[in-house]
Amino acid sequence: MAEPTRPAAVALEGIAKKFGVFIALRGVSLSVEPGEFVCFLGPSGCGKTTLLRIIAGLERQNSGAVMMAGRDVSTLPPAERNYGIVFQSYALFPNLTVARNVGYGLETRKTGKAEIGRRVDELLGLVGLRHHRDKYPAQLSGGEQQRIALARALAPSPALLLLDEPLSALDARVRQSLRHEIRALQRRLGITTIMVTHDQEEALAMADRIVVMNHGVVEQVGPPHEVYTRPRSPFVARFVGQMNFLAAVAGPPGSARLGGVDLAYVTGAGANEPVAAGQPLTLAIRPEEIVVGPAARGARNRLATRIRSAQFLGSFTRLVLVLPGDDGAVLECDVAANAFAELGAKEGGELELALRPEALRVFAAER
Amino acid sequence: MAMIDADLGAAIPDRTVHHRFGKEDVVRWALVAGFAAVLYLFILLPMAKIVWRSLLDNDGRWIGLANYARYFGTPAIAASITNSLFVALLSMALTVALAFGYAYALTRTQMPAKGLFRVIAMLPIFAPSLVQAFAFVYVFGNNGIFTRATGLNVGIYGAKGIVFAEVFYCFPHAVLILIAALSATDARLYDAARTLGASSPKTFLTVTLPGVKFGLVSACFVVFTTVITDFGAPKVIGGKFSVMATEIYNQVSGQQNFTMGATVSVVLLVPALLAFVVDRIIQRRQYALVTASSKPLIPARAPLADGVATVYCGLIAAVITGIYTVILIASLVHRWPYNMGLTLKHYAFDTVGGYTPLWNSLHVALWTAVVGTVLTFVGAYVVEKCRTAASGPLYLLAILPVSIPGMVLGLAYIFTFNAPGSPLNRFYGTLAILVVSNVIHYFTVGFLTATASLKQMDAEFENVSASLGVPFYRTFWRVTVPMALPSIVAISMYFFLNAMVTLSAVVFLVAPGTELAAVAVLLMDDAGDTAQAAAMSVLIIGIGLGVRLLYWGAMKGVTRRTQAWTQAGAVPVAGGQP
Repeated sequence: MAEPTRPAAVALEGIAKKFGVFIALRGVSLSVEPGEFVCFLGPSGCGKTTLLRIIAGLERQNSGAVMMAGRDVSTLPPAERNYGIVFQSYALFPNLTVARNVGYGLETRKTGKAEIGRRVDELLGLVGLRHHRDKYPAQLSGGEQQRIALARALAPSPALLLLDEPLSALDARVRQSLRHEIRALQRRLGITTIMVTHDQEEALAMADRIVVMNHGVVEQVGPPHEVYTRPRSPFVARFVGQMNFLAAVAGPPGSARLGGVDLAYVTGAGANEPVAAGQPLTLAIRPEEIVVGPAARGARNRLATRIRSAQFLGSFTRLVLVLPGDDGAVLECDVAANAFAELGAKEGGELELALRPEALRVFAAER
Repeated sequence: MAMIDADLGAAIPDRTVHHRFGKEDVVRWALVAGFAAVLYLFILLPMAKIVWRSLLDNDGRWIGLANYARYFGTPAIAASITNSLFVALLSMALTVALAFGYAYALTRTQMPAKGLFRVIAMLPIFAPSLVQAFAFVYVFGNNGIFTRATGLNVGIYGAKGIVFAEVFYCFPHAVLILIAALSATDARLYDAARTLGASSPKTFLTVTLPGVKFGLVSACFVVFTTVITDFGAPKVIGGKFSVMATEIYNQVSGQQNFTMGATVSVVLLVPALLAFVVDRIIQRRQYALVTASSKPLIPARAPLADGVATVYCGLIAAVITGIYTVILIASLVHRWPYNMGLTLKHYAFDTVGGYTPLWNSLHVALWTAVVGTVLTFVGAYVVEKCRTAASGPLYLLAILPVSIPGMVLGLAYIFTFNAPGSPLNRFYGTLAILVVSNVIHYFTVGFLTATASLKQMDAEFENVSASLGVPFYRTFWRVTVPMALPSIVAISMYFFLNAMVTLSAVVFLVAPGTELAAVAVLLMDDAGDTAQAAAMSVLIIGIGLGVRLLYWGAMKGVTRRTQAWTQAGAVPVAGGQP
């Protein structure tokens, strides 16, 4: 590995944490580059928040080291780690005005009053809430409060920004717009940012890199597109986006047998690992990648299925399809609304589809 | 999978990585150590001393459980145990039953004058426990007006009188708890019961009662503990009917038999501690009935029910008002009930040296309010926010005092602070020891109130401050204290009022020069100067009511100051919009 020109903004080395007998983190190592936006993504209890709190020094690891810009901060209390943090609950001080909240971290730093005022103005401008400076937090909407919390965290110009599920308490619409706002702000300031979220859509939309976690282990690290298109484990495949899983048996290299049909898949670098013939395996395909109707006619990997149900979901329709054979395996398939109308398919009717070899992912059989 | 887990678990060290010890940690640990030292010195050590003392004879020789054998073996003294239990259980049943009706009328009917009824029910809080007993003696005693007018002596001295006096003494505490329990309900439950066709009695049994069962249990324990540890009422009206609290007083003050006093004290600790433990176990099972989506219950008008409620509450309110009217009149006439001409001569307090006890009481009550509030609030903060291994034990110690009867605490302080050769001796005979014994005696409620208000605050406040490089004590002062101001004012009020009226915690600790008003009431009654005792009671009640009014004013100020950030949105702020 080439020597990096700059040390990582945050480097975790074998972080392990347990609460009593419960192991929250099983030796997590990770590095975050300067200016990068990284999301810790995983279901509740996967250890993502614990990991963030260990970086922040709010929780103490049982073993492992936390490095920031090449400096070991493992034994430093939170106050000496130079980061800003935003919590899901905003944690704004209710008895202080917006301006005093934003200036809270500046007041102890021997900065002049005028200087503080200028900085507070600047930050409130940055989050577009300068006109609210004399209000109390409870007089603002949830989205506004979270922007104030962001301004407060950024006021002392920290080297690192930590976001602990910052959008989870907000309405769907506010969440969408704040997503863009936070991301734009982060780009503009170039501040290294780590965000914890359980919302895969949020992670896909905001992160430079996603760290998918489960049971205290990092399952996969990569850019959103890579995590989505090339999930390294069934867990990642299932957690990020929708995924169909089909139990099959490996045939000759690059093929698998499913309910009497041979299906081809792509092997090689950046794609699937070959599986020895006769071994059980799991085929996976995303609902929107299944080809149906006329387009399926000349394609490879064709299957005849029956439509068990069709659920209208606005821009697309989700079909539940029953595969031939007696194990009752089903596939979920998303079809654009207008395409579905053209198909003329009905619940209970037959539907031919194709599982394109390039879209098929292969995992060792799940127990 | 489990195997791997066990292996990995063993590979991860149990100790966490330690953070460097900083300036803030020094402050944090100093607070923990300071709080621990206070609790040790004024709770743990005195309690250990009193238990130890009960195992010695009067010359300090170890005699094991011989004192207990003598206590249980002497029928005259042992009777105090069953007497105490009898009186406490009967008072408990009567008080809670009466208070439930009263609280129900206040919360679940549309009867008129609710505010007035509420205020009247709270009156006994402002009086020492003796006062209720005085009033019953003035009316039903051998020379009471009822007795003289009808020639009928109801035999008020004894269990009967104690129970009457205690019922009215404990009434406000039970009412307060039950009002809180009855208010915490969800109107939707009643809507559901009605749509399912449940009758009123059935709704009462299946919705109302289950909803308030924890409140009922709590009220029972509070009344039971208060009665069994009360000393004032039995002293005044108990006659020859001996209860454990008066027994301790007789052994210590009458016969100077400190070891027997200690023995009875330890025995008296048992039911109080038991009540405390059972209450805690039951309350732990409590669940939240009211959630964010609950709808408040607004009682419907029902002329019949409202009328019954008004009559019921009117009767009880009349008795309570009557009690204090009798006391007021008795203090203002030449000689109740023979010469009812008005005079102020009883307000001279010549037998106890004038107004010194009253000024002492004010002094002690003010200091109790200040010291008690600071100590309970900082203590609650230490336990709640400076999470250390000490938090658990400190919490237990802090809530223990509620189950220590005042007389037991006072006697324990004698053993601790009046021991020959002890450096702590200088403390004895000062007003300071009275302040401390009051603070500890009433510690639990203040501490729990402070804890509750701290728990309501976002746990991340301290974390945010740390990330901004602001020390925790600065955030404590700038955010925590201002936010908790309503609770802080309420706690100081609680300490002040109780310090004004308490007798049991201070009766053994007053010394020449540090007499207190409530003790003076007892002494004047003992000396036969009941009119002066009544006059002093009137002044104590008057001061309590006055301070309560000040408190209302202060609370209004606090609310006005804080409403901008509590009930926001509705409050327009000048210059807010561009």
